[in-house]
Amino acid sequence: MKISIFSILLVVILGLTIIGLYIGTNKQILSRVTLETIGYQMPVLGFLTFAQVIAMVNGGIDLSIISVANFTGIIAAILMKQYAFSALMAAVSGMVGALLVGGVNGILVAVLKAPALLVTLATGFLVKGISLGITKGYIISGLPSSFVALGAGNLLGIPVSFLLLLMLTCGLVLMFSRTAFGRSIYLVGANPLASLFSGISVKNIQLSVYICSALLSGIAGLIMAARFNAAQADYGGGYLLITVLICVLGGVSPSGGAGRIVDVFVALSILQLISTGFNVMRASAYLATALWGLLLLGILVITRKIPKHVM
Amino acid sequence: MITSTKFKTATITYMKNPVVFVFFFSVLLSVIIGFLEPKFWSWVNIFDLLRNYAAWGIFTVAQVIILISGGIDVSFTAIATVAMYLLGLFMLNNTINNLATGFIFVIAIGGILGLINGVFVYLTKVHPVIITIGTLGVYYNLLIHFTRGRWLYNLPSFYLDFGLLRIIQIKTSLGPPTGLSVLTVIWISIALFTWIWLRYTKIGRELFAIGGNIEAARRLGYNIFLLQLFAYTYAGMLSGIGGFVYGAAAQFIQPNAIVGRELDVIAAAILGGASVFGGKGSPLGSVLGTLLLGIVRNALILLKIPSYWHSAVLGGIVIMATLFAALQIRYSSRR
Repeated sequence: MKISIFSILLVVILGLTIIGLYIGTNKQILSRVTLETIGYQMPVLGFLTFAQVIAMVNGGIDLSIISVANFTGIIAAILMKQYAFSALMAAVSGMVGALLVGGVNGILVAVLKAPALLVTLATGFLVKGISLGITKGYIISGLPSSFVALGAGNLLGIPVSFLLLLMLTCGLVLMFSRTAFGRSIYLVGANPLASLFSGISVKNIQLSVYICSALLSGIAGLIMAARFNAAQADYGGGYLLITVLICVLGGVSPSGGAGRIVDVFVALSILQLISTGFNVMRASAYLATALWGLLLLGILVITRKIPKHVM
Repeated sequence: MITSTKFKTATITYMKNPVVFVFFFSVLLSVIIGFLEPKFWSWVNIFDLLRNYAAWGIFTVAQVIILISGGIDVSFTAIATVAMYLLGLFMLNNTINNLATGFIFVIAIGGILGLINGVFVYLTKVHPVIITIGTLGVYYNLLIHFTRGRWLYNLPSFYLDFGLLRIIQIKTSLGPPTGLSVLTVIWISIALFTWIWLRYTKIGRELFAIGGNIEAARRLGYNIFLLQLFAYTYAGMLSGIGGFVYGAAAQFIQPNAIVGRELDVIAAAILGGASVFGGKGSPLGSVLGTLLLGIVRNALILLKIPSYWHSAVLGGIVIMATLFAALQIRYSSRR
């Protein structure tokens, strides 16, 4: 694997963040409790971020990820609570719902050539509306313990959901570097017309990209529901901005065709550490979100001149 | 013979124009709702609708300008909220004690925040939706952090009275008198004014040009930076005015009332004939788009559909608008 200047820079920033937070939080950031919190919080954000990465590398964007995640959680929660489905069957049904939305996104983007940004904004809005309608705006809580284990369980002290995130990261690294599908996602993102002329079915790739994105969002939704032991239509609204921020910080080009999973994982760790550090320091959540926005704009201004091959 | 061909061409052109479609759809919907619920066609309901959607209509005109120039703006809700909230604070401590100052104040705040959007859009060359998601987060969260997001009541009477002012008064047989609100007049005037300068001034035509084909416009020597800056600043100013109107209509200031409804406005702009690909749109069409969404929301309430289903219905309409826009692009690009 080639190591770029950008990756080294990211790891340096990660190191500085840890040192800064170590001093700022009076050593609490590396305490057992805080690390455990990070281990439980990071998977949700991680799955959502990777859902965004796939769409962005492909030259699109997926603004429906949060709505899809909540939708999946709600379907699973309702089936378990009101229809006594087993945890596995409920989770599978929830995922079917997520895939359906992904399919709609994919068809609108790939076949009808509607702009991804508008399509996913609209489907996100619709799906959130449906979630609100099904739940009447209430929270569904008190889920079976076999399901909650997905969010709260651990294996040898490591959260199950964190292990899932690690597995996903490895899987995505392999997919993007070793499979034809992964390489095609990059190529279509970089230049759809050239990809078409080199024999790639742009339609199928784009369709699969939005289905994959919905799949990961759906898993994030299941983990989120399991962790909160509840599902609601508007959980995690602030995550959308953060996923775009992590992608940009991790070197994913908003115009498509560039970005590496390992870098994104490092960026994800940085953001999660800062976010948890803020909580430990009891800083205001509003100030934190404003800071994310500033960071996003700042990074975009700084990186605008850096050519793609350095990233 | 010639006239009949002319007529045919004209009819086809009109049929292709989504605004005409939206107009007929709105009329049809209104008639159906009128049959189901006669209250819909009362003067009170019509004037209330026009007054309550004045602020949203102004936001839609702002969005249309940005869409024409080839961008998109989701931060206008935050700009409007910041302008409205600061206006409220300054009115409560008597720094702003008349309408004119208040008006200039919201325009200035909106203009500055819009200008910041424009600078970032130009500097980064990243899709404006990413930029404005960022600035939305910054503007709104900084406001809430520093003001703690309290609702503002007991606003001065000059502001509250202005919100209740009616240009034309109509006496109804039962119930209170109603009439055309000054807020509606502001909305329609802004739409008309914007339509005129977009159509008849050089800068207006240039905005269409950069939205239609930015590279061609660049090679023709247009100043892309200034044009984009102008579009975002103007849209910011309108968003500020929208905030002013929103507070005046509601009679109190609630910082979380506007943010989160960005898509309603983008949908209204698209229904009104604007294209997310740039180079197309009309402020007058946006009035129709806004009214259509207003009629739908109004109908949902009059028909007693539970409120938690409203977003799903609106979401369905937004999807249809998107589909419609996408199919139209496909159709016109094949020609």
